[in-house]
Amino acid sequence: MVLLTIFCPIIAAIAIMMGASARKTALTASVLTFAAALFLLASFDYSQRNFQHVTSFPISPEWRLSFTTGVDGLSLIMVLLGSIVTLAAIWFAGAIDRSENAFYACLLLISGGAIGAFASIDLFFFYAFHELALIPTFLLIGVWGGANRVAAAWKITIYLAIGSFILLLGLILLYQSVPLGWRSFDIRALQTAAASGQITVDAQRHVYLLLLIGFGILIALFPFHTWAPEAYAAAPAPAAMLHAGVLKKFGLYGLLRLAIPMLPEGARHWATLLVVLLLGNIIYVGLVTIAQKRLDWMLGYSSVMHMGYIFLGIASANVLGTTGAVVLIFAHGLSIALLFGLAGELRKRTGTLAFDDLGGLAKVMPFAGLAFGLGVFAAVGLPGFANFAGEIMIFFGAFRDGWDIGHFHIFQVATVLALWGVVISTVYMLRAYRRAFMGAISEQWKSLLDLRPALHVPVTLLVAALLCYGFFPQSFVRMVAPTFRAYLSANK
Amino acid sequence: MNSILPWLILLAPLVSAAVITLFTLRWKTLSSAISVAAVFVSFICSCLIFTHRTSAAAEFTWIGIGSVFQVPLGLTLDQLSRMMTVLVSGIGALIHVYSLGYMRDDEGKSRYFAALSLFMFAMLGIVLANNFVMLFIFWELVGFTSYLLIGHWFYRDAAADAANKAFITTRIGDFGFMIGILMIWIATGSVVFAEIAPRMSGLTNHPAFLTISALLICCGAVGKSAQFPLHVWLPDAMEGPTPISALIHAATMVAAGVYMLVRVAFVIQTSPAALLVVAWIGTITAVMAALIATQQDDIKRILAYSTLSQLGYMIMAVGLASNDAAMFHLFTHAFFKALLFLAAGSVIVMLHHEQNIWNMGGLRLKLPITFVTFAAGALALIGCPPFSGFFSKDAILVLAYERNVPIFAVALFTAFLTAFYVIRLLVIVFFGDARTESASESRESSPVMTVPLIVLAILATLGGFAFFTRNFLTLPIEKEVAIIVPALAIAALIVGGGLAIAIYRNRASEPIDLQLLRHKFYFDEFYSWLVYWTQELLARISAFTDRWIIDASAVGGSSRGTWGTGALLRLIQVGNLQAYVFLFGLGIVALIYFAVFH
Repeated sequence: MVLLTIFCPIIAAIAIMMGASARKTALTASVLTFAAALFLLASFDYSQRNFQHVTSFPISPEWRLSFTTGVDGLSLIMVLLGSIVTLAAIWFAGAIDRSENAFYACLLLISGGAIGAFASIDLFFFYAFHELALIPTFLLIGVWGGANRVAAAWKITIYLAIGSFILLLGLILLYQSVPLGWRSFDIRALQTAAASGQITVDAQRHVYLLLLIGFGILIALFPFHTWAPEAYAAAPAPAAMLHAGVLKKFGLYGLLRLAIPMLPEGARHWATLLVVLLLGNIIYVGLVTIAQKRLDWMLGYSSVMHMGYIFLGIASANVLGTTGAVVLIFAHGLSIALLFGLAGELRKRTGTLAFDDLGGLAKVMPFAGLAFGLGVFAAVGLPGFANFAGEIMIFFGAFRDGWDIGHFHIFQVATVLALWGVVISTVYMLRAYRRAFMGAISEQWKSLLDLRPALHVPVTLLVAALLCYGFFPQSFVRMVAPTFRAYLSANK
Repeated sequence: MNSILPWLILLAPLVSAAVITLFTLRWKTLSSAISVAAVFVSFICSCLIFTHRTSAAAEFTWIGIGSVFQVPLGLTLDQLSRMMTVLVSGIGALIHVYSLGYMRDDEGKSRYFAALSLFMFAMLGIVLANNFVMLFIFWELVGFTSYLLIGHWFYRDAAADAANKAFITTRIGDFGFMIGILMIWIATGSVVFAEIAPRMSGLTNHPAFLTISALLICCGAVGKSAQFPLHVWLPDAMEGPTPISALIHAATMVAAGVYMLVRVAFVIQTSPAALLVVAWIGTITAVMAALIATQQDDIKRILAYSTLSQLGYMIMAVGLASNDAAMFHLFTHAFFKALLFLAAGSVIVMLHHEQNIWNMGGLRLKLPITFVTFAAGALALIGCPPFSGFFSKDAILVLAYERNVPIFAVALFTAFLTAFYVIRLLVIVFFGDARTESASESRESSPVMTVPLIVLAILATLGGFAFFTRNFLTLPIEKEVAIIVPALAIAALIVGGGLAIAIYRNRASEPIDLQLLRHKFYFDEFYSWLVYWTQELLARISAFTDRWIIDASAVGGSSRGTWGTGALLRLIQVGNLQAYVFLFGLGIVALIYFAVFH
């Protein structure tokens, strides 16, 4: 089943390149992937802490390299996110005016690559799948993008290539910092080695910094974030949905999967740096977001800003914060996909996303107005949406770090500032919603058409998933909290 | 069944909101019927639970991570919450019925009733929550529904702006609230009220910590109950439909702040310093809002400022450490203020959405039921004996007299101002001659609107006695104080009311012009200035930095041919994206091969 979630999109991409009908094949493949992910969710064994549904094909016994896939709670949530957003993105894609087959093949490759990275237990394939997904992202922006596509494509390519290189160096160093007898590409084996103290303190510090910067660039950690808004504004909506919603989360997943269990000393050493940078994401980028004059740029910056909260959960390095980070990764992926998808639909109709040109659109597009409103309130962390559940766990987790009564230390200060970030995001989100959808409508938009009924399906899917885990976050908590408890207790 | 019944109070409106949003948006009458049915289910369940003292509610886990963080979904069913659910669902039910008339021809009727149901769910959730996180959840949801309902006519710029202003302003208060919750949680290890209360005594060695956390929690109430300095959103919220002003922005939601403070009194009352600050916040709000109200011309805004002022009294009572007095005034205020808004709504609708009091006049003959009920509400508001407001306001004044004389003096002055502006309103709207055509041609509203008025008028008139007979409150009234305080209050009332009659009888326009009060002490102007010079300026500077420094230096740095990026740029000069991507992949494979081979 895990293999199905990975290869269903990849095989479909190949089939589409060979001439299969693009949209039908892509939709079928993404429905199948989603079904497989749901099956994995339904058959998930909560009593087990290890990877489930493991399949392994040895490639080089000498290097202990093998193609091993499987899911634990953390992976499964990521796979589920990937499959839901894939389905929504492909549903939103609609007809493409040129090279439709290549377009859909690229989307499916991003999806397959991202899911593959999340489900790989082997370090090599963990990295390789991500690279597989990056390349079609560049192509989608460079070939099918909007006005600024060439510059944006180059910028994202340079940034992410550098990020990947630094990450690769970090991974290689990680592999080599384990003594020969323990050396393996298997993440589980590396974790065992780390838990038994095989990675020296110095090595941890070096590797952690490389991973933080490498993954950080991929996630748009301040100050490596400027590629993101530009790329998302230029990207076709489904590509922005998949990258901001799923592929960008690879970096966060990597930190949770590798850095938290294997490099606790590195995390402690660089905690202050990380907190400062993530506050850059939350406060500084938050302010930049307020100043944006276009909806797509605003959304791009807002997704950069929200990464700060997930980093805060990771930085807290306790069960509560990291669990919250996972819930927020999932929630943010869905809500930003919803917002990018709807913004794309708007752009199709109006040809502009500048706030000054828009206004009052909810009057003629009530469904789009409702859906966008739900996305907006999910993004600002309204209770009922999974975003709130994730954020609140992060806040409680981070506030607890290094607490002693009578003094606020760095994590308490960071939590307070991050809470102010919630006000900032409320300001820019509600202001954008008001400028685009509320108020008086100008004459030229009075004949706009609302979303076609077929698009109610992906919107409902995304909103339903957000509400489901907003009302019942405990089902996710039960899936990942034991993993992190094991990770973090092994460190001590 | 007994453990599920309390949940039905909450679930009925939630289901109603969900069903309307998902299925019945197109059928307006059906939507409104579902919503009204749901609120009556809530009301009946509330009454059942009120009379059956033993019912306990089932409890679920919302988030639970070992012993670190446990957030249950559980209900508090003590006397306070049982009374409050009856009040909220009861007034809610009346306003649902009234809305059937008021919103009859509105094109967004389904949306309106869905939001109204969602509001009932959220508000009842605040009342019943048994822990801080759950309280916060419903707290935010109430803010959200308030946003929806203020912005019901979202295509009007004023309504859209008012909705945003309300949500953002209350979120600023919630920022402090959340920090307060975090501090209490970290010090006591729990978010559940019943578990925190006994552990508070362990913190008495840290008075500064207690004061700060108590004040931060109060921030939430300051935002939601529109207290100084976060009061600016409430008058603008009057852009919403009038039943919403009555239900949310007068009777229930804004009182949620007071209710919350009473609910967590075990935190607040550990810090005398925090109590004093709270008492003065309430006092300042009371007198400031009353001053502004004397110079307003919009009937709903006058009532909105009177709400601010009365909420100030309640917060004052909380600060004077009397939960009973605060809750007593909350109850009587809910009746008479809902009544006043609904009666005002009746006037507004019958005058074709006219809200300026100078365009009214002489309406006592045209709208007799509205007039009588409005007058009952007005007399209750100014605290005229034997109307309900007299008893509850007296309780607070007695309290202030005993515990803090400066506050008592201000409160008494506020009572004088209240009488002045309410009688002014009454005289201008209902007496004298009709000043416009629509005022002279108006007729009484339909029964679906007047029946709720009559019910509320009875409650507003007799509510004060009902509390004594039920022996709900143990009010701190001593013999000798009990005479001097009401005597002073009645004197203030007579002077204020008499002055208003003397000035405004048979006037056609405003004889007094105080710019400071007309402009509401320039709070809005000051805040716009503040936001412009802080947030907006910082946002612009950040955006500039991001574009011209961070982004430009990254790109510029790479073009100068530094290591790595320079090499990449040369690759780019192959000119073809696909070729580059291929090389990129190849390079990675080579690098891995090299690394592993060593």
